[in-house]
Amino acid sequence: MLVETAVKPARPTRPGGKPLSSEQAERVRRIRRSGAYILLAISSAVFLLPFLWMVTTSLKSDAENLAFPPQWLPDSFNFDNYAKGWSGSLPFTRFLLNTIVITALSMAGNLVSCILPAYAFARLRARAAGFMFAALLATMMIPREITLVPKFVMFSKLGWVDTYLPLVVPEFFGVALYIFLLRQFFTTIPQELIDAARIDGASELRILWSVMLPLARPAIAAICLFSFVGNWNQYLENSIYLRSMEKITLAQGLGMFNGQYVTQYNQMMAVALVSMLPILVIFFLAQKTFIRGVTLTGIAGR
Amino acid sequence: MTAVSARSTLARREARRFHLFVSPWVIGFVLFSAGPILGAVVLSFMDWNLLRPPTWVGFANYERMFTDPEFWESIENTVQYGLGSVALGVSFTFLLALLLNQPLRFQGLFRTVMYLPSVVSGLATALLWLNILHPDYGLINKVLASFGIEGPGWLASQEWAIPGLVLMSVWGAGNTIVIYLAGLQGIPKTLYEAAEIDGAGWWRRFWSVTVPMMSPVIFFNVVTGFIAALQSYVLILVMTEGGPGNATMVLGLYIYRHAFVYFDMGYAATLSWAMFALVIAVTAIQFGLARRWVHYEFK
Repeated sequence: MLVETAVKPARPTRPGGKPLSSEQAERVRRIRRSGAYILLAISSAVFLLPFLWMVTTSLKSDAENLAFPPQWLPDSFNFDNYAKGWSGSLPFTRFLLNTIVITALSMAGNLVSCILPAYAFARLRARAAGFMFAALLATMMIPREITLVPKFVMFSKLGWVDTYLPLVVPEFFGVALYIFLLRQFFTTIPQELIDAARIDGASELRILWSVMLPLARPAIAAICLFSFVGNWNQYLENSIYLRSMEKITLAQGLGMFNGQYVTQYNQMMAVALVSMLPILVIFFLAQKTFIRGVTLTGIAGR
Repeated sequence: MTAVSARSTLARREARRFHLFVSPWVIGFVLFSAGPILGAVVLSFMDWNLLRPPTWVGFANYERMFTDPEFWESIENTVQYGLGSVALGVSFTFLLALLLNQPLRFQGLFRTVMYLPSVVSGLATALLWLNILHPDYGLINKVLASFGIEGPGWLASQEWAIPGLVLMSVWGAGNTIVIYLAGLQGIPKTLYEAAEIDGAGWWRRFWSVTVPMMSPVIFFNVVTGFIAALQSYVLILVMTEGGPGNATMVLGLYIYRHAFVYFDMGYAATLSWAMFALVIAVTAIQFGLARRWVHYEFK
């Protein structure tokens, strides 16, 4: 295709290629823009409706909850569903504390164990580096179901079942996805900065701590969030390893709620809302960083 | 000291540091990835319920698997769920990403709203959708009822259980939208300008510029979407436990049940290799088909 004439500002055209007058063009543009707004508003509503439904359900009385034909909105706000659900027969405060402990330990483990390997993969040369990096990528592609059973066997032989160890200890040995994500970020930092620090006599750890980490703050924030959300929401591994009532987490508690009171949706929704509150708050505070972290690497968290 | 040996000393020191720094991950890789994978190979040839000592049974677990009708049923359900969630998810989120890529006001707000469900996905999502899909009291059937349509039984019916789960998976597909957005922002503006000068209308520009330029990203989302769908079962475990009947018994759930309900560790390991084979097969088919429709700028 040849474009030799001066490029005119883009203006909407008919399929035949005949240019429209500027007035018509403006009108087409305006119609298109309002169409886009309408579509966006409708799809946002579709995405938000389940959340709103959750909120209204959590405020309904037991009778309204089971009314037929069903009722959209509660007649009065029954906030006591929150109190009843939270301090009913299941100790949700205990579950919350357990979840906080496991999530905090796992996050700390992820940070310690992912930064060093990521820096090494990005900046240090060694003969085995290529092979090891390939192995790292491979672990991201293997279904975790394959390792689920042998890992359970291993941890039960160690006597770790019904302790936090199977959930927390592996987090101190690196997560392939996070190492990969950080490594991508570290490689974009200019070599001159590192060379300058070397000339000043900085050690490798010093370079990592005072040159790389401050620059990699967005990537590290993204990893913290991935790690927080992942561990907070973790259900499968928790329910495989944790058995006793005083050790289980919020996600497991919610699962039990589901088994115990199938029809008490109002209380269940209230407790579910409370349990996802920390994530909603953190997401609203950090959503820019979070989405940028996903976009930068093109890799989505689980 | 000569220059060459000085350099090799430096290189050796650098390599030593590399090994020191990656050592946590190497230990983790051996303990929690490579070791368990070897363990899964060995286990798949054994009969073991954790209580009695394991016995070597050769290929018996594999023979059992191929003649197990429930296994084939679970494969069928897994593939149905995968096809449904990928077909609906990939196309619907692509349209949403196109909209979200327009330079409009409140863009950040709209993006946040659509990404939100994928952050809270977890038990809360499962419970919420259990409620939404309820045949009598659920949100969807209420909306349908206000148009005079009687909704299906969703998770209570054999035919509609998987479509219900597919709907839930599309709701939580915010990650796909973000990946599409990143791709859309990578398309050079000059291509659109050139097409416009050639007289291409909106539709033509969409088909001749956007779709081919985005085909690698669409391909990425199809492949990773399938892999994720073939492995997903945690929400299904909470919502239906495989029922009604065996209608939502997907392969992951079947593995879970044999391992952690029946403690049939050997057979569960065998089934997990079937999942691996399924993932590899579907991915290979995807790559085979890709040659026909994925457009790469630099071959």
